[in-house]
Amino acid sequence: MSLGLILIASSGLFSIGLLAALSRRHAIFMLIGIELMLAAANLNFVAFWRFGPPSPNPHGALFAIFSIAIAAAEAAVGLALVIAVYRHYRTTSVDRMTQLKG
Amino acid sequence: MNTAAFVVIAIFTLLGALAAATLPRLIHAALSLVVGFVGLAAFYILLGAEFVGLVQIFVYVGAVAVLIVFTILLTRREATERDPFNWLGAIVALAVFGGLLWTISHSDFVWQAHVPNQDLTVRRIGDALMTAYIWPLLCVGVLLTAAMIGALILVYEEK
Amino acid sequence: MPGEALDQIFVRAKGSILSLLSGAPEWLVQIVSALISITALLVVFPGLFALISVLERKILGRFQNRYGPNRVGPFGLLQPLADGIKMLIKEDVVPTRADKTMHFIAPIMMLIPALLALSVIPYGRNMTPFAIDAGILFLFAVGSTTELAVFMAGWGSNNKFSMLGAMRAIAQMVSYELPLIITVLPVVMIVGSLSGDAIVAAQDGYHFGIIPRWFVTTPWGATAFLLFFASGLVESNRTPFDVPEGESEIVAGHMTEYSGFKYAIFFMAEYLGMFAISGLGVTLFLGGWHAPIKALEIIPSYIWFFAKLSVLLFVFIWIRGTLPRTRIDHIMNFAWKFMLPMSFACVLAAALWHFQAGGLRGWLWSFALIAVIYAGLSRLLQTGRRFAPRTYRFAE
Repeated sequence: MSLGLILIASSGLFSIGLLAALSRRHAIFMLIGIELMLAAANLNFVAFWRFGPPSPNPHGALFAIFSIAIAAAEAAVGLALVIAVYRHYRTTSVDRMTQLKG
Repeated sequence: MNTAAFVVIAIFTLLGALAAATLPRLIHAALSLVVGFVGLAAFYILLGAEFVGLVQIFVYVGAVAVLIVFTILLTRREATERDPFNWLGAIVALAVFGGLLWTISHSDFVWQAHVPNQDLTVRRIGDALMTAYIWPLLCVGVLLTAAMIGALILVYEEK
Repeated sequence: MPGEALDQIFVRAKGSILSLLSGAPEWLVQIVSALISITALLVVFPGLFALISVLERKILGRFQNRYGPNRVGPFGLLQPLADGIKMLIKEDVVPTRADKTMHFIAPIMMLIPALLALSVIPYGRNMTPFAIDAGILFLFAVGSTTELAVFMAGWGSNNKFSMLGAMRAIAQMVSYELPLIITVLPVVMIVGSLSGDAIVAAQDGYHFGIIPRWFVTTPWGATAFLLFFASGLVESNRTPFDVPEGESEIVAGHMTEYSGFKYAIFFMAEYLGMFAISGLGVTLFLGGWHAPIKALEIIPSYIWFFAKLSVLLFVFIWIRGTLPRTRIDHIMNFAWKFMLPMSFACVLAAALWHFQAGGLRGWLWSFALIAVIYAGLSRLLQTGRRFAPRTYRFAE
């Protein structure tokens, strides 16, 4: 279990998140993809903290904790936006939310 | 032993995330996301940061996943939600994955054998939070309050 | 200390089983050790669940001036056997258009958090099944996944009543998780550690040799314990907060479409959740496995733990037999407007108590703070409803 294997796993997770965010039309799916990308970046932080240069301070893991908190806040606001937009447009497909276009 | 555990957890997490990204029915995708998050928490515990793993389960599975599921409930039109798949996104994601793999395999630092840093106890996290990270802690508090009030205002229905 | 052989009997038994494997590799010994602890948990707690299920019916019966079940076995104590056989041979009915995977997994996902939560509670001296560094956080983290299981049960049944019951249950559980966790915060703050063993060890000793140093004997501890107990009542969906499964209102809420063994698993999961919350309350506030009087320390530690647990379970059943159900909006108001500010008051009072270094002034200040905030909240939350004077119309 070396750093390289963990980085491969986290980049796999990141590209799966990118897949979810790019290839779906439902707004909630795109949010799921964004959450997966954030989680993959957190994994990178913790992996580099664990296997990086020896140091006594826990900066990597603490960064991951703050990132988890902020991801939760962003998910809450994003989902509130989806609900508010749904009330207006009656659909969650991002292809139909085109009133600012052109 | 560690490598075997790592491989099992990695397969579990990636399959859960893949199911979350590709399943046509929204509820099933949201619940596979939970599986992915639990796998990720297992990763953190394997890497010696068990506090981060527990916070991950608490926040992501206990709060974010419940939020996602509630939003799916509140925004559904017909009984079965189906969302077709767009192959162009798959190509872009594969390209990004290929690029990242190339970068990782061509770096020296990553493949050297490192002595892992020691396990993270709750006391060390508490000390760090109260001394070095006091400003980020207060800012995160303000941010979470603002996010909560903002979310409430966004969905508030005027009577 | 006297009686130590009886106190450590289970620890020594496990040690002797493990010494049979002295030549085996390290990971095998660890796995066998974990399996022994898990087997002990799986034997004790479902057995306790069976006993409590019949005792609850008998105690409720006595409250209502009737005998409970008394046909099967002496005093009706073999009733769980009859109930178990009945549940196992019932037909498993799944609605046609239900989501089969979710319908199947929901009871299992409800049982897993309860069992996981039971595994980090210290049951006696050196008798915590899995002593991890952040035990209390682990307990709350797995407890928060119960809401997802309730949602899966409600959604997977494809039934409007189930969905409505599940939404109410989740709203209730999420609202009361906050007071539950914030009332635990003063204890963690004073002890300085999240592990159950450290919290129990910090409640060792006696004030003036007579009153035990449990956290419930301090002003902030008593208030926090009451709030914790009320939140525990809500989290396990017990009367007076059992709107999600009130039989007269919503059939059985999220468990409507479950029959036979799956319903038995839901039932067991609810009771095991009750055991976990009571066990946590005993650990945090009632001194864990410590004895209340110095002279009674001969009695083994696990006997004290289960005695305190039984007292808390009796209070659960007592409240169920006495109080009527509250309305869902009253439940929410109570959580957000009263319990949350009171739990913050407990945190402040604990800080005041701690920084006076245990002197009499600390006790008085913390008690005064809690009393002032309670009085202020009671005054603020009076709805000021004026009722019109009653007019009576008699038949002419």
